[in-house]
Amino acid sequence: MALATRTERRPPTVVRLWRSTIGKKTVMAVSGAIMLLYLVFHMLGNLKVFFGPDEMNGYAHWLRTIGEPVLHHEWFLWLARVGLLAAVLAHGVAAYQLSRRDLAARPVGYRHRRARTSYATRTMRWGGVILALFVVWHILDLTTGHVNPNGESGRPYENVVATFNTWYGNTIYGVAMVAVGLHIRHGFFSAAQTLGAGSAARDRALRLTANGLALVLTLGFLAVPVGVMTGVVE
Amino acid sequence: MKLTLRIWRQSGPEDPGALRTYEVDGITPEMSFLEMLDTLNEELIERGEEPVAFDHDCREGICGACGMVINGEPHGPDRTTTCQLHMRHFEDGATVDIEPWRAAAFPVVKDLVVDRSSFDRVIGSGGYITAPTGSAPEAHATPVPKAAADAAFEHAECIGCGACVAACPNGSAMLFTSAKVVHLNSLPQGAPERETRVLDMVETMDAEGFGGCTNTGMCTTVCPKGIPLSSISTMNREYLRALRKGA
Repeated sequence: MALATRTERRPPTVVRLWRSTIGKKTVMAVSGAIMLLYLVFHMLGNLKVFFGPDEMNGYAHWLRTIGEPVLHHEWFLWLARVGLLAAVLAHGVAAYQLSRRDLAARPVGYRHRRARTSYATRTMRWGGVILALFVVWHILDLTTGHVNPNGESGRPYENVVATFNTWYGNTIYGVAMVAVGLHIRHGFFSAAQTLGAGSAARDRALRLTANGLALVLTLGFLAVPVGVMTGVVE
Repeated sequence: MKLTLRIWRQSGPEDPGALRTYEVDGITPEMSFLEMLDTLNEELIERGEEPVAFDHDCREGICGACGMVINGEPHGPDRTTTCQLHMRHFEDGATVDIEPWRAAAFPVVKDLVVDRSSFDRVIGSGGYITAPTGSAPEAHATPVPKAAADAAFEHAECIGCGACVAACPNGSAMLFTSAKVVHLNSLPQGAPERETRVLDMVETMDAEGFGGCTNTGMCTTVCPKGIPLSSISTMNREYLRALRKGA
């Protein structure tokens, strides 16, 4: 008599990935890496502001012509925007679901509390919310121009200078750039661990890279408002 | 030595529980933390009160039965098990807070005793190798590279006390699960079930209601056996590899 073979039907890989905590963390790690890569190019592009309005506005115009003539005008930009939006949504939804789960895993807290994790680690969740709100303001300010004091389409240099000539523009931007630095400081290291890149020999290098990236990006982004405030950019 | 203890008292799973204050006198620095609690319990029994319930077994740091959160730290200020923690680490006249492990997957049974059978179910879903039992095999029947043997041994040291879960801000059992996954997946004997082991154990771990890992590293700072943080990263790698292979 033949024995029945055990045929377990497992759901598709993507479904299993999304259902498990490690899988959701993987989604967060990959989407975070996409956004981090974008931030590096964004920061480098921002520094064009120190070379004057022609260079900056010319660079902004060039961004719209990438891929031509294969791609239509602005298509590359829109593809990038769709990709980034997907990354933000995946990152946010996974973070929300994992956070709900994490909080439920400790229904009764300790009376004797000790916070011993680093500030960057403790502020990942609310820091992420602050960054999401910042992105909304930032798009309304410098992409669509709705809340920009200048708000002239195709003239990012003048719009940037207008934003950083206001106290609130500098404040919002400054807080957000510190938040992004803290987020990257823990996020980069954590993403590397999630993707399985961590090891006893490599963890020190990963932490150093995370701190370096956080510092370079925060300082690079803050250079623009500081430049406007000090009159280097006007 | 004289100490003021604030101990979590809870008569059963349904009781809301509360911290209660006790004074203990006549403690010597060489007493273990559990002996100090024994002293308190003898006094409580003499007074006709209910003694404090806590888990303990070998009292030599190898079984993983004991464990309580002392001043907010699982197993207290020394990186060891509660039974191997000695009173010399405390100052005379100090106030010490004692609480049970806190996690949804570790419901309180009574006072400082929690039900850790969720760990057993995680192990039961893959923390073994399928092999015929019988007489012990020849020690050199399966050659094991030295590096693999060392890695396996480092992770086999886990005694399943649950301090990692108690310390983790997310109540995550990743360090516990990864210790067993890395232990067995490092060895040739564990290779046939390499993929199903990690997939099944992680699935059970999630189903038991443990939180996710945010790589805070709190688990490794309290682990009495020194299971390293890289253990978690290795399990993540094994997990993603197994998913890719479609096991």
